[in-house]
Amino acid sequence: MIEVDNIHKSFGDHHVLKGISTVFDKGKTNLIIGQSGSGKTVFLKCLLGLFEPDEGNICYNGQYYSELSAKERRNLRQEMGMVFQGSALFDSMTVEGNVMFPLDMFTNQSKSEMQDRVDFVLKRVNLIDAHKKYPAEISGGMQKRVAIARAIVMNPKYLFCDEPNSGLDPKTAILIDNLIHEITQEYDITTVINTHDMNSVMEIGEKIVFLKNGFKEWEGTNKEIFKTDNQAVTDFVYSSELFKKVRQMYIEERN
Amino acid sequence: MLDNILIFINSSPNKRMKHLEAIGKYFIMIWEVFKKPTKWPIMKTLILKEIDDLIYGAMGIIVFISFFIGGVVTIQTALNLNSPFLPKSLIGFATRQSVILEFAPTFTSIIMAGKVGSYITSSIGTMRVTEQIDALEVMGVNSLNYLVFPKIIATMLYPFAVAISMFVGVTGGWVAAVFGDYAPSGEFIKGLQMDFDSFHVTYAFIKSVVFAFIIATVPSFHGYYMKGGALEVGKASTTSFVWTSVVIIIVNYILTQLLLG
Repeated sequence: MIEVDNIHKSFGDHHVLKGISTVFDKGKTNLIIGQSGSGKTVFLKCLLGLFEPDEGNICYNGQYYSELSAKERRNLRQEMGMVFQGSALFDSMTVEGNVMFPLDMFTNQSKSEMQDRVDFVLKRVNLIDAHKKYPAEISGGMQKRVAIARAIVMNPKYLFCDEPNSGLDPKTAILIDNLIHEITQEYDITTVINTHDMNSVMEIGEKIVFLKNGFKEWEGTNKEIFKTDNQAVTDFVYSSELFKKVRQMYIEERN
Repeated sequence: MLDNILIFINSSPNKRMKHLEAIGKYFIMIWEVFKKPTKWPIMKTLILKEIDDLIYGAMGIIVFISFFIGGVVTIQTALNLNSPFLPKSLIGFATRQSVILEFAPTFTSIIMAGKVGSYITSSIGTMRVTEQIDALEVMGVNSLNYLVFPKIIATMLYPFAVAISMFVGVTGGWVAAVFGDYAPSGEFIKGLQMDFDSFHVTYAFIKSVVFAFIIATVPSFHGYYMKGGALEVGKASTTSFVWTSVVIIIVNYILTQLLLG
């Protein structure tokens, strides 16, 4: 579980996060949504410890990040897995090398133990024949799966994803969303996904935090988001024609 | 390069503060490079890879340039020694002094700043743009140690490259002198051995170690802290070459004054 308490973050005169408080539950797929420039990425980077909040605190299973020593912070980071928007795979390493990297770096496992673990997670993300390929030789969807495999290889307690299905076709995007959702439940981890994809919201949004101009505008579930009267949320959710029609049908049905 | 120094001197206090901030940030980066080391088996592989990329991969251009520079120095010296009272051995002497004191350590370093420096900036800059550095940090890896430390260690072998450059430079001079009919082989070799001071070689090696550190760290700094996309990676490579050259030239002056002055 991650508890966020009134965090603020500024860059020079630009006040990006303005007092955000929320709770991300364990075993659930938590989504951060909002328009571009609403502060989603900065919020996610604060959760990852890449940015230090100017004010407020973030608590990971009872551990306040600001109170941790440098060594404790590094240990905490090893409990986090991250799937970056562009996958961020290491170009110079094969798929296998990328997934093995955290094991090689932080564990004293033998080569065969590491190989078994890599084979297991690659199989889990449905990648069987790509071990020896380089990131440039595989598709965007496969790269995302490798990134997920790398993120879960160390059995993390927290999984963070920054727009995991951006640049993917709708079918592959749904596959990636479902894979993340399944892994969250299977390993009982706290997953936080930064997205603006409404399909993800509908499919896997067990908890949704909506940001606007650095404020938390609304929070709820994927069932509640389509019924809310919050103007900013409805403007965002029903920005596409398809969703507008669905909304219209819902209002007509209600009346 | 002079333009950059003049721009710095004539710049507004705000810009000057930015330059000073960058210098401070550079030294903080150096401090961070040596903190929280990466596991030795991984680091060993990285160092060997960097030796292959940065030193072995640059040997071709170093040998090529050194040979012809040595030849040109010999021809220039020979053409300027018009007096029949001056012995031909002076051609060998001047070639040796020029190659050992300046051309091998400094000129080669400027070439290396272009070849190796831009490679370092663009490779680290691309990792920054594609969030690979963020990925390392999120995993709890000290990205500066992982990326920059192996480059520093690899470039510490640079004096070997400079030694080869000295040998090839002098050989180039001998070839130019003998085959260009500027001096007989015996006279040229006599000049090479004339008043030899071994400290000059030590001085060249001290310089090359310092330059190697600059070549590894200044481009790394420009790559690591760059912001933007692919276009900015190209700009950062150019800026890093300019600043690496500026720093090498200034440090060259300081070291020459300290060690030979």
